[in-house]
Amino acid sequence: MKILVCITHVPDTTSKINFTDNNTKFDPTGVQFIIGPYDDYALARAIEIKEANAGTTVTVLNVGTADTEPTIRKALAIGADDAIRINAEPTDSFFVASQIAEHAKSAGGYDLILMGRESIDYNSGVVHGIVGEILGLPSISPVMKLDIEGTTAKLAREIEGGKEYVEVSLPFVAGCQEPIAEWKIPNMRGIMSARTKPLKVVEPKAVDSGVKLQKFELPPPKGAVKMISADNVAELVTLLKNEAKVL
Amino acid sequence: MSILVFVEIAEGQIKKTSLEAVAYAHAMGGPVTAIALGAADQSALTSLGKYGAQKVLHAADEKLNKEVIQAYASVLTKALQDEGADILVLASSSLGTPVAARVATKIGASLATNVTELPDTTAGFVVKRSIYTGKAFAKVTLSNTKKVIALKKNAAEAKEVGSDVAVTPYSVTLSDADFATKILSSEKATGEVLLPEANIVVSGGRGMKGAEHWGILEELAKTLHAATGCSKPVSDMGWRPHHEHVGQTGVKVAPQLYIAVGISGAIQHLAGVNSSKYIVVINKDADAPFFKAADYGIVGDAFDVVPKLTEALKAAK
Ligand SMILES: Cc1cc2nc3c(=O)[nH]c(=O)nc-3n(C[C@H](O)[C@H](O)[C@H](O)COP(=O)(O)OP(=O)(O)OC[C@H]3O[C@@H](n4cnc5c(N)ncnc54)[C@H](O)[C@@H]3O)c2cc1C
Ligand SMILES: Nc1ncnc2c1ncn2[C@@H]1O[C@H](COP(=O)(O)O)[C@@H](O)[C@H]1O
Repeated sequence: MKILVCITHVPDTTSKINFTDNNTKFDPTGVQFIIGPYDDYALARAIEIKEANAGTTVTVLNVGTADTEPTIRKALAIGADDAIRINAEPTDSFFVASQIAEHAKSAGGYDLILMGRESIDYNSGVVHGIVGEILGLPSISPVMKLDIEGTTAKLAREIEGGKEYVEVSLPFVAGCQEPIAEWKIPNMRGIMSARTKPLKVVEPKAVDSGVKLQKFELPPPKGAVKMISADNVAELVTLLKNEAKVL
Repeated sequence: MSILVFVEIAEGQIKKTSLEAVAYAHAMGGPVTAIALGAADQSALTSLGKYGAQKVLHAADEKLNKEVIQAYASVLTKALQDEGADILVLASSSLGTPVAARVATKIGASLATNVTELPDTTAGFVVKRSIYTGKAFAKVTLSNTKKVIALKKNAAEAKEVGSDVAVTPYSVTLSDADFATKILSSEKATGEVLLPEANIVVSGGRGMKGAEHWGILEELAKTLHAATGCSKPVSDMGWRPHHEHVGQTGVKVAPQLYIAVGISGAIQHLAGVNSSKYIVVINKDADAPFFKAADYGIVGDAFDVVPKLTEALKAAK
């Protein structure tokens, strides 16, 4: 089985977000980058499937500039066999999805394309759907459970207020989230071997997505908190009613 | 320029976020055609007129009772064509977002999800979307004639602007390929306020000490007609179901009021709640980081404060 895992290179979840260049560029100063947390679940599940099915290969793919290579190497250290970096600034979902679909076609297709349910920078939640549509494959997200038997898969998908159980034939695209697998931490052997695993850099194909960034904005700063005594909760009710007007 | 709005049904009724989508399209200048797929309450559909729909289409084919994403995307693509509509508006959700992705790709539309405001059309067509899990916004131009816009909660206010409108049946042709994913079954909480839709959320953290103590939060939630949420460790430990976990890796909520009880306020939790209008924090530790993100705070023991709050709310009714 051939599995493709698409990973993002994103600010660590504890990062403070800032912009530069008149609010048109992300400011990476002091920011630590990680594999997108949902992509990390996708990768972990891919490795589990590989371990349980001899002859399975896992390729990781990132659309990004050379800065993302340490993140890609980490995915190789976790257990992916090889990696593709499509050398471009990931400007928007349609652009990224088109590059992923193009790679999948040129690689002769994958049995399984796993992604995260969403990137934690753009939060679009659409790359899997667009890739599915371009390749004519089903796309399912967010997936909490994925079991493969032969050429069919059984999945649990989270829906508002519950879960849905679905069945689908391979190949397909899935956006993953916990508890699909436990995050894997690279061990020493993985880190050593990751250095020599193939990481191929591919130039992007031209795509016009019809979406263009104008400006970033930060939310307005929060006002000071009003503290209320635990012995006087009635005052909180009054404030919620008359000041906040939310009751 | 006609706008098609996909409305989602929950238990026969139109979801509140879908009413907001109709209001959004109306505020854009319409004319607005709303479309619902699968079984729906007819009076709920006619009432869409009140929120700004000039026309309501209903594809009642029972194959659409199961919310299969590819089938929904096919029907909406055809409806856009039939209505001569260039713009599709819908609510971002576990159904709306993937459907938006596929429709936009089929029709070659500019796509934006998690849109928080009405478009600014003074120079091009600019929408504001929430990014970095609520920590920032991006203003983007959608330059294609065709556009698909998926809204975040509260992007527009659902208010009555018109009157009931007749429902037009909409017939569909579906192919087997539309049903490549088979929905075997689903488990869905019924009769509860859905967390992503809720106006008020009562959320508990590890400070609640165990699943058996959720009764006091449920009682508070019931009094406020609120949904219940929790922090990640709470769902990891199985005290509460996974779909209730709020934060960076969970549900992002945008209620009028978020009440956090026994939650420390880790940045990953805050990422899911920073679109809330007002935040109340109840925590026994005066130094809990959550107080910095709160509008109102009470330092105290949850087991003492929460029941008192419920009583005070009941008394104030
Ligand atoms: C990649 C990543 C993603 C994450 N995503 C999420 C996410 O989406 N959502 C999320 O919530 N977390 C997430 N986390 C975890 C997060 O970092 C925190 O560990 C978590 O939010 C803490 O949960 P908590 O506040 O319930 O527990 P704690 O941090 O243990 O806090 C418990 C609080 O309860 C208070 N307390 C104790 N007893 C009482 C009492 N009797 N009355 C009142 N107060 C009391 C304490 O003072 C304390 O502040 C993520 C972490 C990582 C690394
Ligand atoms: N630049 C990228 N490179 C590789 N995969 C990506 C990229 N951006 C998004 N993805 C994948 O698509 C998923 C959904 O992203 P999004 O639609 O941006 O929320 C992510 O979790 C990744 O698996």
